[in-house]
Amino acid sequence: MRLLKAFALSAAIFASAPALAAGSAPPPPNAHFSFNSIFGTVDRASAQRGFQVYKEVCAVCHAMRQLSYRNLLDLGLTEAQVREIAATFTVTDGPNDEGQMFERPGRVSDRFRRPFPNEQAARAANNGAYPPDLSVITKARKDGANYLHALLTGYVDPPAGVTVMDGMHYNPWFPGNQIAMANVLNDGQVEYADGTKATVDQMSRDVTTFLAWAAEPEMETRRAMGVKVLIFLTILGGLVYAVKRKVWADVKA
Amino acid sequence: MGMGLHDSQVSNPVLRWIDQRLPVITMIQKEYGVFPTPRNFNYFWNFGALAMINLMIMIATGIFLAMNYTPHTAYAFDSVERIMRDVHFGWLIRYVHMNGASMFFIVVYIHIWRGLYYGSYKAPRELLWILGVVIFLLMMATAFMGYVLPWGQMSFWGATVITNLFSAIPVVGPTIVTYLWGGFSVDNPTLNRFFSLHYLLPFVIVGVVFLHVAALHITGSNNPLGIEPTGPQDTLPFHPYYTIKDSVGIVVYLAVFAALVFFAPNYLGHADNYIPANPLVTPAHIVPEWYFLPFYAILRAVPDKLGGVLLMGGAIAVLFVLPWLDTSKVRSLRFRPITRVIFMLWTINFFVLTWVGAKPAEQPYVLISQICTMFYFAYFLVILPAMGRFEVAMKLPESISRAVLGAKAGLGGGPMPGAAAAKPMEKA
Repeated sequence: MRLLKAFALSAAIFASAPALAAGSAPPPPNAHFSFNSIFGTVDRASAQRGFQVYKEVCAVCHAMRQLSYRNLLDLGLTEAQVREIAATFTVTDGPNDEGQMFERPGRVSDRFRRPFPNEQAARAANNGAYPPDLSVITKARKDGANYLHALLTGYVDPPAGVTVMDGMHYNPWFPGNQIAMANVLNDGQVEYADGTKATVDQMSRDVTTFLAWAAEPEMETRRAMGVKVLIFLTILGGLVYAVKRKVWADVKA
Repeated sequence: MGMGLHDSQVSNPVLRWIDQRLPVITMIQKEYGVFPTPRNFNYFWNFGALAMINLMIMIATGIFLAMNYTPHTAYAFDSVERIMRDVHFGWLIRYVHMNGASMFFIVVYIHIWRGLYYGSYKAPRELLWILGVVIFLLMMATAFMGYVLPWGQMSFWGATVITNLFSAIPVVGPTIVTYLWGGFSVDNPTLNRFFSLHYLLPFVIVGVVFLHVAALHITGSNNPLGIEPTGPQDTLPFHPYYTIKDSVGIVVYLAVFAALVFFAPNYLGHADNYIPANPLVTPAHIVPEWYFLPFYAILRAVPDKLGGVLLMGGAIAVLFVLPWLDTSKVRSLRFRPITRVIFMLWTINFFVLTWVGAKPAEQPYVLISQICTMFYFAYFLVILPAMGRFEVAMKLPESISRAVLGAKAGLGGGPMPGAAAAKPMEKA
């Protein structure tokens, strides 16, 4: 029994580390996310729904330790809504004046609550696999957003002749094709407040949009500033070149 | 000249008072104002100034990053994310610094290419060239250590692979590696010393750049024709002619830089470096940053570790002796029809090395890297010495002005048409 567990553990570690997995996966298809085009922006409604998917499904196992509840204000939620969301979580704080740790409702300044106190606890609860932190996940994978969407919607039965290891799941988009994470999205998994139909594809798009925003919260500011900078440099370039022509005019033969 | 005040020509009394005691204004006027510069520079001569600008951008952004960065294995990754999220314009500063490293290498590679093509390394500019190679080496060390600081997977494994190369040195190798690491693996002491050195080396670069520029101002610049100016008709004062020409290049350079920073900040990076460093998980392919790929390909071309390390070191070391390997008296490849073609092939070869450096160490890539490595060295060690002896160069123009202005320039032998060269000096 112990031996079996050790085997399952090492197998899970092996397969959950994409970089280590021996096999390779095909490049994911282009899912045409709005934010993936050069001047694209984040669909706020989709990202808000995506946060709901993260909160109700992914957050059971995956932390997002770089984010705080206050960051949700950037997603278009009101301060009251964010306060309310934060307050639904219990946070350990302290030590107080008596030297004791204590629990209190979450505040907007708190980091997203982590599902497990440490990596060991996370592995123990997940058959030895470590659910990666999702804070920068779309930047941490090649073509991250398309990859995530392909992965989340890509669970299929293994083709004939392929044996999936104990506790593993077949997914053609995952390097090595065997992933410790089970298929977690099923039609109607969450109930969207705005009436959007919660299909697997929809939920996957929404949560990917949310994660892409979370990985690069500066993306829209950055692109907007980039447009201004390039316009400025174009005008400046024209002026400088005109001056150059003028200065050099009397040098030409 | 004896002791006493400098004979200053500055008219402003306050500035003259300073200039008499510390003639910096006279110096700037001499070295950057009226400094006689060949009149026939093309835009390849922008890249020295661009490299200087880039160095300043790196130091400026780096200072602000260091204010917010924590060099500790447990906090480094998170402190970089905090810069990206919570520091005012932290994302801008970091992306400028990160892509600035790539821009620096693009600019310096073109600068070096320019030197190779136009023979800028030849007498009397050998030491100027050698100082340039020293700067290039310092840049590589600085960039390597900088890439370790975010403490992502590629930071950690890149550091492990590259520092391990020193273990190939017989006898003392393993000891050197232990001293580099500050322990028995890449760990917190390694990160700490790399941070310290990453802050120090750029200022060493500033020092060597100063020497590089000082040496340049003794010999004067080379030019696309590779012949020395024979008199004032062949030169222009640096200001305003080349200050404005450099400005054009600077704006174009900034536009390319901005396009990267604002629209593709992670294009030249590797996704794995957004995964926190984990000593227990080795990435499938450990690849260095793109600017090291040609040398990485040379390293992996040989199955023997020590051999690979020696070849990689040799790929840079050969540049130090280049002025004596190329025995041709003709500087510019414009007038060396055969070498010119071979050098273009060498340039393509360098791109192939870059490409193959990013590929896994398996066939056919290993074979390609071996062929390219041979050609890389053959150009310097065989072709250039042989060409210096056997190649018949084309006839060199009599002077820069004759080549630029045609036959007119030779007539009369007086000052140049339009007295262009003299004009700004009258202003000064």
